[in-house]
Amino acid sequence: MVGSLLTLVLLWHLLAVILQNKYLPTPVEVVDVLAREAGNGDLVKHIVATLMRVAAAFVISMLIGTAIGLALGLYRTADKFFDAWLILFLNLPALVTITLCYIWFGLSEAAAVTAVALNKIPNVAVNMREGARALSRDLAEMAVIYKFGWWRTLRHVTLPQLAPFFAASARSGLGLVWKIVLVVEAFGRSTGVGYRLNIAFQEFDVTTILAYALAFIIIVQIIEFTILQPLQAKVTAWRR
Amino acid sequence: MASVVDIAKGTAHAGRPIKVEVKRKVFPPVGDREAQLVLRDVAFEVAPRSFLVVTGPSGCGKSTLLNIIAGLDDDFEGQLDLGPAGDRLTYIFQSPRLLPWRTVEENIALALPEGDPRLARIPEMLARVGLAQAANAYPERLSLGMQRRAALARGFIVEPEILLMDEPFVSLDDPTAQSLRELLLELWHSQPTTVIFITHDRAEAIQLGTRILRLSPGQASVAQDAEVALSDAERRDRSAVLREQNRIFAAA
Repeated sequence: MVGSLLTLVLLWHLLAVILQNKYLPTPVEVVDVLAREAGNGDLVKHIVATLMRVAAAFVISMLIGTAIGLALGLYRTADKFFDAWLILFLNLPALVTITLCYIWFGLSEAAAVTAVALNKIPNVAVNMREGARALSRDLAEMAVIYKFGWWRTLRHVTLPQLAPFFAASARSGLGLVWKIVLVVEAFGRSTGVGYRLNIAFQEFDVTTILAYALAFIIIVQIIEFTILQPLQAKVTAWRR
Repeated sequence: MASVVDIAKGTAHAGRPIKVEVKRKVFPPVGDREAQLVLRDVAFEVAPRSFLVVTGPSGCGKSTLLNIIAGLDDDFEGQLDLGPAGDRLTYIFQSPRLLPWRTVEENIALALPEGDPRLARIPEMLARVGLAQAANAYPERLSLGMQRRAALARGFIVEPEILLMDEPFVSLDDPTAQSLRELLLELWHSQPTTVIFITHDRAEAIQLGTRILRLSPGQASVAQDAEVALSDAERRDRSAVLREQNRIFAAA
């Protein structure tokens, strides 16, 4: 994997050197800008702002999406009624929710986070609905016979069955949330990676765009490899 | 202290038969399928500490009957009187129904409340069913025969007053099924309890049961009720089992 990425960087470098175009900087120039932004504190400031929004939107959408998904998966009448709503929200373009949230709730932090969460909630709900539908009746009966009670049933029977669906939602969720957060920031915030990218776009400053994109990809990859993947491996360890 | 009380309660139950009376059990219509009468006038009593085998062709409503007795299905016309023994009822299902994300030992421990004195018996129980080495294994990594042993251990660790079993030895090869039957008899002798055991295998019915209840095919009702006249030694003898099987099922 390292070899394949290095090849990509090398190709990029060669292309940049051959073309000699100011809109395609070399990797070295990008790293220089990265170092400059890190040095003057802008990089940390914007990345922290973005990560806070990602975290807030992620937690909110996982909680609400899970609650909706479980309710729909467990209660057929609710599912029949709300299925059309879910499809509608799934297909609502992110740009529409974002602009409407800003118009209705003002250019505020709450509006920004709400807009991102609204984009993610339907995905989580659909995933968790599948999880709730797949809950085993056999194991539920076993828990009744052996007098598990609600807490043991939740902890040892229900949650382990939902865990893989939850982990899948979390992984796909993080990817979606951070991409939308950048759009929300470009539109109506004065901090964050999205805001910084928008400024750079107005100046046609490709080097800065690439520098911030690079920094953010690295951070998301670190979260993926150090938190999400080990978590998913843990909840599926019992599989044959 | 709790265990002393439990034992005292257990002795008190020993004298009382359990009574089952299912007048009608109907499956409601699903989609194109019409409502289906599954059980009709199935009534019997089970003497304490006896081993009743309910047998009959596949699809005659045996499992439905067991679900009713277990309290998993209360949508029926009739009466159920398990007495105080009903509080200590256990069900060993057709599939082992172990939690795949918990080890064998954890699965057995979960059948008991936290801090229960019976928890201390788990290692001994695992050894008895031949799973001492597999205590920390996840069920899906074990053979079906071993999973069924774990289910037996879980059923017996709670020291049930009533033990329901729904074809717990199907889809096993013959020697494995036979060794599990012997294990079941051994556990039952050391921990006598009222058993209702379902099977469509007549030889298995004779080998295990002290009494056979045969259900008729379709809209099942009781077709035959017979005592099995075999000593413990004869139960291990195939020809004796076959003789008794021919005698009892001659009417069928």
